[in-house]
Amino acid sequence: MRGSSTSGTTGTVPAPRRTGRLRFRAGRPGADLGLLLPAVLALLLVLLALAAPLLAPYGPETGALQDRLLDPGTAGHLLGTDGQGRDLLSRLIWAARPSLIGGFAPVAVAAAAGTALGLAAGLGGRVTEQALLRSLDVLYAFPGILLAMAVATVLRTGLEAVVLSLSVVLTPAVARVVFTEVQRIRTAEYLEAAQVSGAGRIAVALRQVLPVVAPVVLVYCSSLIGLSVVYAAGLSFLGLGVEPPTPEWGSMLNELWPSLLTHPAVAVLPGLWILVVSVIFNSLGEALRRRLGEGRDLLTAVAR
Amino acid sequence: MSSGPMSGGPVSGAPVSSGPPPPALAVHGLSVRHPHPEGPVLAVDEVSLTVAPGEALVLLGRSGSGKTTLARTVLGLPGRGARVDGRVELGGTELTGRPERELARIRGRRIGYVPQDPTGSLDPLRRIGAQLAEVLLRHRIAADRRAARAAVPGLLDTAGITEPERVARSFPHQLSGGLRQRAAVALAICCGPELLIADEPTTALDALVRAHVLDLFDRLRAERGTALLLVTHDLGAARRIGGRVAVMQAGRIVETGPAEQVLDRPEHALTAELVAARPGARP
Repeated sequence: MRGSSTSGTTGTVPAPRRTGRLRFRAGRPGADLGLLLPAVLALLLVLLALAAPLLAPYGPETGALQDRLLDPGTAGHLLGTDGQGRDLLSRLIWAARPSLIGGFAPVAVAAAAGTALGLAAGLGGRVTEQALLRSLDVLYAFPGILLAMAVATVLRTGLEAVVLSLSVVLTPAVARVVFTEVQRIRTAEYLEAAQVSGAGRIAVALRQVLPVVAPVVLVYCSSLIGLSVVYAAGLSFLGLGVEPPTPEWGSMLNELWPSLLTHPAVAVLPGLWILVVSVIFNSLGEALRRRLGEGRDLLTAVAR
Repeated sequence: MSSGPMSGGPVSGAPVSSGPPPPALAVHGLSVRHPHPEGPVLAVDEVSLTVAPGEALVLLGRSGSGKTTLARTVLGLPGRGARVDGRVELGGTELTGRPERELARIRGRRIGYVPQDPTGSLDPLRRIGAQLAEVLLRHRIAADRRAARAAVPGLLDTAGITEPERVARSFPHQLSGGLRQRAAVALAICCGPELLIADEPTTALDALVRAHVLDLFDRLRAERGTALLLVTHDLGAARRIGGRVAVMQAGRIVETGPAEQVLDRPEHALTAELVAARPGARP
């Protein structure tokens, strides 16, 4: 409209964007390697999981006993084989599916449930607020992995148990973040103005508050994915999650660690891989958080 | 007349006598107490007043005199934990004691509210047009989204906005203070309310925009029979609006009467003080 060359916003103050579409200042695209690199790597991981049948040289459960615990670099087995002679590279690739679901799904559930709870606590009456916050505190008081283990033990093993138990662990954290954010804007005049024009509480929560909260939730949750990947692998490692023979990063680690002293080169691979993946997602979350920090002042200024 | 304030809204439980039409707003013995650690604070003390359709009542008083609390109590928003005694009737319908859900249907639909500071009261993340359309849809004034969008430019035009199309597409921060206040007025009147409450709507405006907003209030009263409750400490606006003036002090109405009489021949000490304090006041 205004014929400006770079970004499309008009006027001096950039127009704030609504839900979902996180609008980062597109100063020099590509200049921020800290964001771009982990984003690309994370995307590659997802593609890896999706294209597992095409990329993996062997099936996830096919192995020959005479090929047990081959070292990485052996002809035909780039990363070696595990204790049952199964190709480690293929299993790592196939394992991306349950492992990434264990990373993403709990975060998605927690984002939805935590946002709903946080909005309810922040915009409800005093009784609702206290009841919700104190119950969340109870969940918060347990170390995350212990709580996950407790829930996963009660449920039957499997990927569902991993997703559900981690959702329980992550939801209070998201709810807290949302609540704090709602606290920040709940006295804003325009919320009251909406009420004065006849909007009910739920309408105000969805139309006026959610758009302000959503970007924060998105960024916070992206930083939870790394954590969730590690927790999911941890549960499977402990035998509370995905069960053998289905490959999963955590259960692969469990299968191989007895061979740590005899065949260290093979045995450390699943652990190393989990480390790499968690670093990718953590740095993605960190970069997003940094970016929001920059845009934060704008959001705050606008919400006043 | 055509706006028909009494035409069977969802709330018409109160007995309506077949005599003269009920006042647009009637307040009987209204008291509001705000909670305070050292005991409740009496913000509004036994106030009674009426505003007829098409009439204007100007509430004058210093800040802290309870005039804003009074206006907000009429809207059913006395504040967190406030205790309200007395009655508020809108066009013969009792409002006090109604559940929040029913009050929400009345707010915006039958009572319009113009805030003091439109900058804070407009949603910063939504375009003006979308905010207007939302209110129209919420109160079923427009049948669907498309009808609501189509009605927006006309409403902005009514509020005295010369470029309604552009303003409808703008975010609040892209507009001047005057345009924002007019947009806020458009939001308040879009459902054709029978009562318009304006809380110091002219304080933040320059003289020209102020005159325009006051003209708009005049027109709404004359053409639609909208009753106006204007909270202000702007004596010029009070004189300009005409109608009746009620002066508040410490939660009570201490003097009331036609604007000229109260402002030119004040009987209460506070009124005299307010009039005298006006810049350029005649001795």
